[in-house]
Amino acid sequence: MSKHQPLLHITQRGAIKWYKALLIRVLAFAAALAVCGLLCAMVTWEGGSATAGMTLPERFVAFLRDLCNAIGRIAQVVFNASFKSDRVVWKTMHSTAILLLLSLAVTPAFRMRFWNIGAEGQALMGCLASATCMILLRGSGMPDWLTILVIFLASILAGMIWAVIPAVFKATTRTNETLFTLMMNYIATQLVAFFCVVWENPKGSGQIGVINQSGEFKHFGWLPSISEIFPGVAPSFKGNNYLLNIVIVAVVCVILFFYLSRSKHGFELSVVGRSENTARYLGVKVRWITIRTMMLSGALCGLAGMLLTAGNDHTLNPTLVGGRGFTAVMVSWLAGFNPFVMVFMSFLLSFLSNGASDLATNFGLNASYSDILTGIIIFFIIGSEFFIRYRVHTRSSAESGQEVV
Amino acid sequence: MSETIPAVSLRGITKTFGPVKANDHVDLDVYRGEILALLGENGSGKTTLMNMLSGIYFPDEGTIAIDGRPVVIDSPHTAMQLGIGMIHQHFKLVDVFTAAENVALGMPGKLDLKETARRIREICAQYGFDVDPNQKVYEMSVSEKQTVEIVKVLYRGADILILDEPTAVLTPQEAQKLFNVLHAMRCDGKAIVIITHKMHEVLAISDRVAVLRKGSYVGETRTSQTSVSDMTTRMVGHSVKLDIERKKPKNPEPRIEVSHLSVRSAEGVLKLNDVSFTANSGEILGIAGIAGSGQKELLEAIAGLQRVESGSITYCSPSGAREELIGKSPLEISRLGVGLSFVPEDRLGMGLVGSMSVTDNMMLRTYRSGHTAFTRRRQPRDIAKHVVDDLQVATPSLRTQVQQLSGGNVQKVLVGREITSAPTVLLTAYAVRGLDINSSYVIYDLLNRQKESGVAVIYVGEDLDVLIQLADRILVLCGGEVSGIVKGTKAKKKELGLMMTHVGGERI
Amino acid sequence: MNPFFDFLLAFIPRAVVQGTPLLYGSVGEILTEKSGNLNLGIPGIMYAGAISSVIGGFFYNQHIVETGGVMSPALAVLIPFLSCLAGSLLMGLLYCFLTVTLRANQNVTGLAMTTFGVGIGNFFGGSLIKLSGSDLPSISLAEISKYFHAPLPFAKDLGWFGELFFSYGFMVYLAIFVAIVASWVLKRTRAGLHLRSVGENPATADAAGISVTRYKYFATCIGSMIAGLGGMYYVLDYASGSWSNNAFGDRGWLAIALVIFAIWRPGLGIPASFLFGGLYILHMYIPTGTNLAVKEIYKMAPYVVTLVVLILTSLRNKRENQPPEHLGLPYFREER
Repeated sequence: MSKHQPLLHITQRGAIKWYKALLIRVLAFAAALAVCGLLCAMVTWEGGSATAGMTLPERFVAFLRDLCNAIGRIAQVVFNASFKSDRVVWKTMHSTAILLLLSLAVTPAFRMRFWNIGAEGQALMGCLASATCMILLRGSGMPDWLTILVIFLASILAGMIWAVIPAVFKATTRTNETLFTLMMNYIATQLVAFFCVVWENPKGSGQIGVINQSGEFKHFGWLPSISEIFPGVAPSFKGNNYLLNIVIVAVVCVILFFYLSRSKHGFELSVVGRSENTARYLGVKVRWITIRTMMLSGALCGLAGMLLTAGNDHTLNPTLVGGRGFTAVMVSWLAGFNPFVMVFMSFLLSFLSNGASDLATNFGLNASYSDILTGIIIFFIIGSEFFIRYRVHTRSSAESGQEVV
Repeated sequence: MSETIPAVSLRGITKTFGPVKANDHVDLDVYRGEILALLGENGSGKTTLMNMLSGIYFPDEGTIAIDGRPVVIDSPHTAMQLGIGMIHQHFKLVDVFTAAENVALGMPGKLDLKETARRIREICAQYGFDVDPNQKVYEMSVSEKQTVEIVKVLYRGADILILDEPTAVLTPQEAQKLFNVLHAMRCDGKAIVIITHKMHEVLAISDRVAVLRKGSYVGETRTSQTSVSDMTTRMVGHSVKLDIERKKPKNPEPRIEVSHLSVRSAEGVLKLNDVSFTANSGEILGIAGIAGSGQKELLEAIAGLQRVESGSITYCSPSGAREELIGKSPLEISRLGVGLSFVPEDRLGMGLVGSMSVTDNMMLRTYRSGHTAFTRRRQPRDIAKHVVDDLQVATPSLRTQVQQLSGGNVQKVLVGREITSAPTVLLTAYAVRGLDINSSYVIYDLLNRQKESGVAVIYVGEDLDVLIQLADRILVLCGGEVSGIVKGTKAKKKELGLMMTHVGGERI
Repeated sequence: MNPFFDFLLAFIPRAVVQGTPLLYGSVGEILTEKSGNLNLGIPGIMYAGAISSVIGGFFYNQHIVETGGVMSPALAVLIPFLSCLAGSLLMGLLYCFLTVTLRANQNVTGLAMTTFGVGIGNFFGGSLIKLSGSDLPSISLAEISKYFHAPLPFAKDLGWFGELFFSYGFMVYLAIFVAIVASWVLKRTRAGLHLRSVGENPATADAAGISVTRYKYFATCIGSMIAGLGGMYYVLDYASGSWSNNAFGDRGWLAIALVIFAIWRPGLGIPASFLFGGLYILHMYIPTGTNLAVKEIYKMAPYVVTLVVLILTSLRNKRENQPPEHLGLPYFREER
């Protein structure tokens, strides 16, 4: 009768204690780090200290010592990559913030089970809108505060439009949103490429360079730094382009947390995501919620675009978002759609990618090394979710009492 | 025929799901060349029993013999090899495939759709089916899909066929066609079991009828030697005294007036036909009827979830204002004070969100309250606490996801929520389905309290004993029509049973 | 001959060679999606396939150089070919293990696969460049590439006709062959029927005794290997054997777009991918004068066309042209 039972039987878990879930995740992460560590040790190996005269146990001890040294070296490089100086710390915090904002942006849609993987394009549209304002409005004599406001609104609107198009088609004709948003990314990329040539500077370079860097319109449309806004309060942050962005993202993070978990909108969208039937039964307008939520998603992506172009990089090019729109999808999912966990996840990914790229330069590897490490870590964490959601039973006593012949 | 060896012989089959005994030591024989009707109310275990024969479930106890040989049926595949084929209520077909492709699915050997199509035509010619092997399933009507399912089973060489409520989705004409086919197959020496709860079908088609009640085998007779009232008695059993206290309604006045209501399903089948009645405040209006007689459509129409073909539903508020409900959204209707606590077949599908906590499920109704953009947490938590205490919901905490609760507790959460929104009209269907006796009484008590506080309660029930003792008036639905309205105090079980099977309750 | 004909004669072969990697990628992805797996890792898998073949070729090349031997045409083709298949198979298995066995979210896994695969490609590419001690940031496998690049022997004798139809390396014809076979398998064989049923309605397939897991694994792994070949074609034929990091670009995503454009039919994928190849390089042939910016707008063409097709198919709502019904969703029997 044993043939009636598969070797492993998988059932859905009911509740899992939070500490068990945490333990599984921590274990997965530790395993991922171990694999990454070994991988790093392998590629940065500087030869063993074992000598010909050693016995086998001695060789083993020597090997372990070498391994520890190698891993220690690696850990140091990785740590320094994000913390070695004030400037580097700021940079790390800033890249964390941008990734976090994009992750926050896709989250409302995900909570609604709308697979928006178009954050890249939506953010890029935000960049484009900012750059457009910075270029076209200069010389108009607009006061700074108004310029910033216009840039803000334009970026948000641009991101929103890019997000609403797929949402409308999803809501009305049920067009597959994953594929739709994916395609929108590349259209945005080409649109930006187009404008890069149109506004190229210097002529013939095919690039825009830093917008309004000097001359008559110096810093026109640039977001001010914190010390410019509050000269009395924060003089020590003079010339720090990062802080304002970080503060804005932090505020968005807190607001979004409350929006998702405490507001009527947030409640509605998670009902739509979990059970469309129940939503209809309660009189929730499913189509409108789909569109409204994507408007929010797109607006936040647009904001991220503005922070990049008007806030920090002051330029425009098709790779400005640099794949962070895709990474954000993973961050949001890995964080279980919780804004505060996302802070940690985006810091982690920024930290790792800094570390890996420094490893690469220090040990003469190349920068793509960080992608491999990121991939490995994500694989482990994705895999561990299975053990949180399902329980695996091995074939055992479960079959007794089923004999019928 | 009784001299021959039965094609299928079930002995002492028992199957339990958790605390529920779905089948309790059932013995059943099916012979070749006959059509056996397996009769029983909803939840009497007919489908479970047949699922064990077709390899979907595995019995806890008991033996199965095919043609006198004991067998073990551990998968649908084994059942197929033994020549057993079951046509389920929910078809297992791939919509974008043609009939031939669906029939060929899962078969071994080289794919030859032409040959498959030829064999399908052969089978069709033999039994008088009408199937185009090259037609896509999504283009087919429900009855055509059902035919494909039957052909699929025959194609695999089945000579023991089980049909689970095959006429539920058919028009009378289509049903007649199906019966002709079944007769042809019987003459061909096949053994056929048809699961049903419709008396006239039993009489029209079967040679023998076996009755199940609450998981137990009640007995069998030749169809020619039985009558509708006899079968009804066997199916519903004898009245049981339940001791539900029923107070006299206090100044009842009309709350919901339904007149000439007709509803058609998405497939175009008439589900409600010219239904008229009035539900009064301070009384419980019971609705009896065999499953699928239009109860669901009736409640959904009142709650604004169902498209209505014609007729009107008027709400008379306690202040005397009259409002037409048809054309209003579910939200507007629930704001008027009409609460719907509908427990659907898959309890969580409508009304609750399984992956949300008890508190959040309470909030589904209340989250719009207040003028800020934020939800109030206190109110739903208080309601949840209240419901959990009041109805003795067994839950580890208010943060527990509803899908982790047992069926009965899920129902209490749903019913409890609808009641706390202080409705003036409370619609409830199958509120005690799957509940143990104690929990059922908690619900009955709750409904009675609602009634005493002046709420108009519409209660769709399955158990006639309960309906007779709980409801002030009982409206009997039969095939979407009002078969009659009986006073609770005067209702007799047998009379109700007859009304359920035939409009007006007269003999066929 | 008139100038338009000359233009076509120059344009079409370039469109074909541009379209070939897309054809491999999209046929692989069609097979995968037919099993209900939306593998967004295809771009990564194509990178991984490409670099695997380069690694294989590189070491064979090194071996020949060191031993001073003569390169055997069979080995020069087979070694990169098999290493490419092995590399992309591993990627396919990884994807299946995560999404089918561990039922992870397909979108997230796919995106991670792409990050990972592109990383693998560029990392090993970079390492090999260092190993080869080249001054340029690329590896050249020109010797091996010759065998991939060789046109059919009789192409020269047939004038423009030969130029148009027989001037390509063998992998172009292999791509067309694979697409036709895939189309035949899906339409005409039992395995194809079962595979389609798994992607459409796994519960029905399961009830009919078809192993959903096995079909998903096989389809996804075979699909990955086919897609990997696209990466290899790009390096060893199109780019004449020179690998430089990120040169493959976003062609993987274009392959996914192509799946929609070809409405999940490998046969239709053949003309569609050549059309996409043409659209991809259209900007080079459109006379825009000094206005270079417009070129960038033309580069949008494949994506815009894909979107239009996606919208049209969902508007027309013809069931045969829809994505497999269970695309992107994990299957768990007890959830029914």
